[in-house]
Amino acid sequence: MKKNNVIKVVVVTMILALLAGCGAKEGSDSIKIGGSGPLTGDAAVYGIDVMNAAQLAVDEINAKEGKEYFAFKMEDDAADPEKSPIAYSTLMDWGMQVSIYTVTSGAGLAVAEDYNNDRIFALTPSGSNTGLIYNGKVNYDNAFQVCFTDPNQGRASADYIAEHKLASKVAVIYRSDDDYSKSIYATFVEEAAKVGLEVVSETSFLKDDADYSAQLLEAEKNGAELVFLPIYYQPASVILTQANNSGYAPIFFGVDGMDGILGLDGFKAELAEGVYLLTPFAADATDDATVHFVTAFKEAYGTVPTQFAADAYDAVYAIYQACKAGNVTPDMAAADICDIMIDQFTTMEYPGLTGTSRWAVNGEVNKSPKAVIINNGVYVAAE
Amino acid sequence: MYFITYLISGIGLGSVYALIALGYTMVYGIAKMLNFAHGDIIMIGAYVAFFALSRFNVPAYLAVLLSVVVCIALGITIEKLAYKPLRKAASLSVLITAIGVSYFLENGAQLLWTSSPKMFSSIIKSGALELFDGQLSISYITLLTIATCILIMIALTYFINNTKTGSAMRACSEDKGAASLMGINVNRTISITFAIGSGLAAVAAVLLASTYPSVYPTMGSMPGIKAFTAAVFGGVGSIPGALLGGLLLGVIETLAKGYISTQLSDAIVFAVLIIVLLLKPTGILGKKKSEKV
Repeated sequence: MKKNNVIKVVVVTMILALLAGCGAKEGSDSIKIGGSGPLTGDAAVYGIDVMNAAQLAVDEINAKEGKEYFAFKMEDDAADPEKSPIAYSTLMDWGMQVSIYTVTSGAGLAVAEDYNNDRIFALTPSGSNTGLIYNGKVNYDNAFQVCFTDPNQGRASADYIAEHKLASKVAVIYRSDDDYSKSIYATFVEEAAKVGLEVVSETSFLKDDADYSAQLLEAEKNGAELVFLPIYYQPASVILTQANNSGYAPIFFGVDGMDGILGLDGFKAELAEGVYLLTPFAADATDDATVHFVTAFKEAYGTVPTQFAADAYDAVYAIYQACKAGNVTPDMAAADICDIMIDQFTTMEYPGLTGTSRWAVNGEVNKSPKAVIINNGVYVAAE
Repeated sequence: MYFITYLISGIGLGSVYALIALGYTMVYGIAKMLNFAHGDIIMIGAYVAFFALSRFNVPAYLAVLLSVVVCIALGITIEKLAYKPLRKAASLSVLITAIGVSYFLENGAQLLWTSSPKMFSSIIKSGALELFDGQLSISYITLLTIATCILIMIALTYFINNTKTGSAMRACSEDKGAASLMGINVNRTISITFAIGSGLAAVAAVLLASTYPSVYPTMGSMPGIKAFTAAVFGGVGSIPGALLGGLLLGVIETLAKGYISTQLSDAIVFAVLIIVLLLKPTGILGKKKSEKV
């Protein structure tokens, strides 16, 4: 009996201590940036990279300001549209004033309306679906993107291939149960027709499909000189291996989802030799900003940052630039900050890691995509 | 010639399905349960082989052996901890437990090895056998997969039909109560079945990862479901049925992708399955059992 009482007392004390801890955070004098992303689950690679890079940017800014200018909190949503509303509530309870939205599109779509209704300024580093900034009828004026929208990537890829005369007959292999892949594929095919590329083979696969030999054979049979892969790097790595095994060697052309392929554990870089990809960020670029970011990131977390990390770093610095220019202070209400930020973002120019960005009123970013080619296991800027 | 290329790559894919289906079908035949964690044992097997090959640079045969040993140990442990206490429970409880084990393994793997995929390097040299002046090429790994699959099936059929443990297995599959009255240790027999099924899963894992070289925590789920379908296709509980079902499934899937539509290939596979089950509810080689009333 006595023992039980002791346990009860301990438990109650612990709960009280926890509650006290919650209370202590209120009334701090920094601007609170929140955001959610997959810190566990299938897409955790992206979420963790975004969290780390955003934290790095926040730490740098706080050091520069000499005080805690930003407070940053990242919640786990497992890239799951059912969990992101919970993460959103937690962040609102914490007192979030500005947000880096969500890392993935699917999770973001579930909270896009909440963000808009609650007047929280939201800038997603990597959610590329247009549904995050536009719901089909109205434009979410509070929502902005750092990365390209999916349709833009498809168009830019077709333009690049045509402009540089990489091929005249192209094949596309896309994932048909993924919005990201599907929307890039759709605009690619549309733009290809306009710029005179002949799409000779369009094949698809589903999540967790293991075999791509039929799709590759279809492309080969129809004489495709270039295979466009608007997909993530995991299936792309298998496609490259299978093409290599069967002796089919077209040019492979990927988009930002291909970024990360060289960092795959056990991946043989020679398989990706000559692969083109369209990405706004290359970790081994030699400009000062990239070198600084990559070194600091490696030092802090021990890995090479992906494009998702660069986007997140840019998101925090873009918010910082807008806060400074708009004289945002921590005591302002989130809705007031939101209005100031909208004014700033639609008028300012932000020179970042992923290019110089300007934002349209609808939240889309405008910056020029860079193509890189994989040469001896590193990204080289392609001309 | 493209037709033959499609056919062969279909047989390669089908052989992997068949190897996995053998594990499903054996466990179902003897323990009368659907072990949905089977696909995840494959995933563990692939990770073990991956780390053995890439971190410790052991020779390929040793990596396969290690993977087999780990998977057998894992299979027996799962059976002892999760399924044995439920031997007398309703089959639905066991089914749910199996799904639970499957989630446990997938999430455990994610915690241990993160969700970022790993690239498996093939256990044999990559390349292809060129036939008809290079018009037809069959990769070595496909040949190895088909050969292994046939070999294992022959060995397994012999084992079931001609050894004492094999007869014990057949007895358990017919009637557990009567078998234990005849002095057969039912629990031991079921454990052995799980051990064999898991060992086969390890072999399938290495072949699967060599053909489709991406190792990640949910890699086993889709091939697992396809293999389960193959087992039902061929007649669940029947070993030749698993082979036939696996091969047919692989070939239909690949041909559907090649000649009809990549988007509809799965729909076509399952449509064929439905037609087969309508005509022959026990599967192609399934035994018809008459229930005595």
